[in-house]
Amino acid sequence: MKFTEEHEWLREEDGEMVVGITIHAAEQLGDVVFVELPEEGTIVSKDDEVVVIESVKAASDILAPVDGEITEVNSALAENPSLVNEDPQGDAWFFKMKISDPSQLDEFMDEAGYQKFIG
Amino acid sequence: MDDLKHTALFDLHVELGARMVPFAGYAMPVQYPLGVMKEHQHTRDAAGLFDVSHMGQVILSGPSWDVVARAFETLVPMDVLGLEDGRQRYGFFTNDAGGIEDDLMFARRGEDLFVVVNAACKEADIARMKAALEPEVTVTPLTDRALIALQGPASAAVIAALDSRADDMGFMDLRDLELDGVPVWASRSGYTGEDGFEVSVPEARAEGLTRTLLAQDGVEAIGLGARDSLRLEAGLCLYGHDIDTGTTPVEGALTWAIQKVRRAGGDRAGGFPGAAIVLDQITEGAARKRVGLLPEGRAPMREGTEVFDAAEGGTRVGQVTSGGFGPTVGTPVAMGYVEAGSAGIGTSLWGEVRGKRLPLTVAKLPFVAANFKR
Repeated sequence: MKFTEEHEWLREEDGEMVVGITIHAAEQLGDVVFVELPEEGTIVSKDDEVVVIESVKAASDILAPVDGEITEVNSALAENPSLVNEDPQGDAWFFKMKISDPSQLDEFMDEAGYQKFIG
Repeated sequence: MDDLKHTALFDLHVELGARMVPFAGYAMPVQYPLGVMKEHQHTRDAAGLFDVSHMGQVILSGPSWDVVARAFETLVPMDVLGLEDGRQRYGFFTNDAGGIEDDLMFARRGEDLFVVVNAACKEADIARMKAALEPEVTVTPLTDRALIALQGPASAAVIAALDSRADDMGFMDLRDLELDGVPVWASRSGYTGEDGFEVSVPEARAEGLTRTLLAQDGVEAIGLGARDSLRLEAGLCLYGHDIDTGTTPVEGALTWAIQKVRRAGGDRAGGFPGAAIVLDQITEGAARKRVGLLPEGRAPMREGTEVFDAAEGGTRVGQVTSGGFGPTVGTPVAMGYVEAGSAGIGTSLWGEVRGKRLPLTVAKLPFVAANFKR
């Protein structure tokens, strides 16, 4: 699993990257009440706003971590946004993407690096 | 956070694991480990304890109640003189344009008036009262008292177990009690739509009393996050958001708080800042009104969301002033101002969220029925 400074995680699965937010990010957000997911098939560039996530406190954006195509979204989150708090690094993945440039992954942290990053 | 003021309960909040945030110049707990949703629901189901010591507590005293009450009536459009000893009312300071300078609670305590104002406005409120009322009336900020709210259906049993004199207090009664050996002034009121108490306590005894209260069955510490969602579901205004210097009481749907004796034709009609404008609006109506707004979908509509009368095109008819998720309602809830022609309950309108018009309905306030002691 790789981690970004935007508090996202990426996990490779069947040649695609599964993307979600970290336990730390979910804790910081507080209770999530709304998730708006992108359309499957959307072509995105790194740092595009692809997901809107609203907690009881505020709205936040989740950015595309790399260039690519959104191949699948986790529609369970739209039905049950609190899943983000319950299992952020497991069942509450946001989307899967086919990535254009694997070298973009090189800058991301491993788990130890991320733990150090969040102090 | 270093230059923020601390309430008497700051160390206890930290000990309880609160996330502290800046609010009106104070470091205040926005939530505890329970989290906003569970804190909210716990308050509706049992009892929530809130530190509201950042609010301003002020005593007005003078030669007699009559003098104090009449003086205060020059600043607020409420019936102060008619307040019986040990009774509390909701009120607000108005300005010359009929706008609201702050909202407040006031209670008669013998010959004195006990006023509780918002933290962000308290310095201005104290200055306003001193300028207008002294020297005939003495304005004394109570800087050595904390304020603790206990809210929710289990509150009454908790307080009455410590002092049975609380038992027969009605909604908006104020009484001197002794809780666990600590002399307090308790009012049966609050900011959640639930039965409950606000307890003014000498600062030196605040932490001990709070620990005693938290040790009672059903009591949890609750942060500002849940306080906001509770009051929003209860349809209560947050000053600086739902009402401010540019909104009149009539626009703010607070006409109910202006007693008949201060309205046109009343024995003490007018005589407060902006009276001509406010009294005229009571008769003639205002061009816009604060209403409940119920988004139809799951997307919260936050403060600032613009409201339109059509899904496409149409006219902008208003704006959300408070909005978020209502944990008890289970859907997003909001309130805001809309033009009078769009203010009818059931009117279909649209809120623009991230460039998309999403449907909402003008709804009756409160969203959650009040559960006050009668």
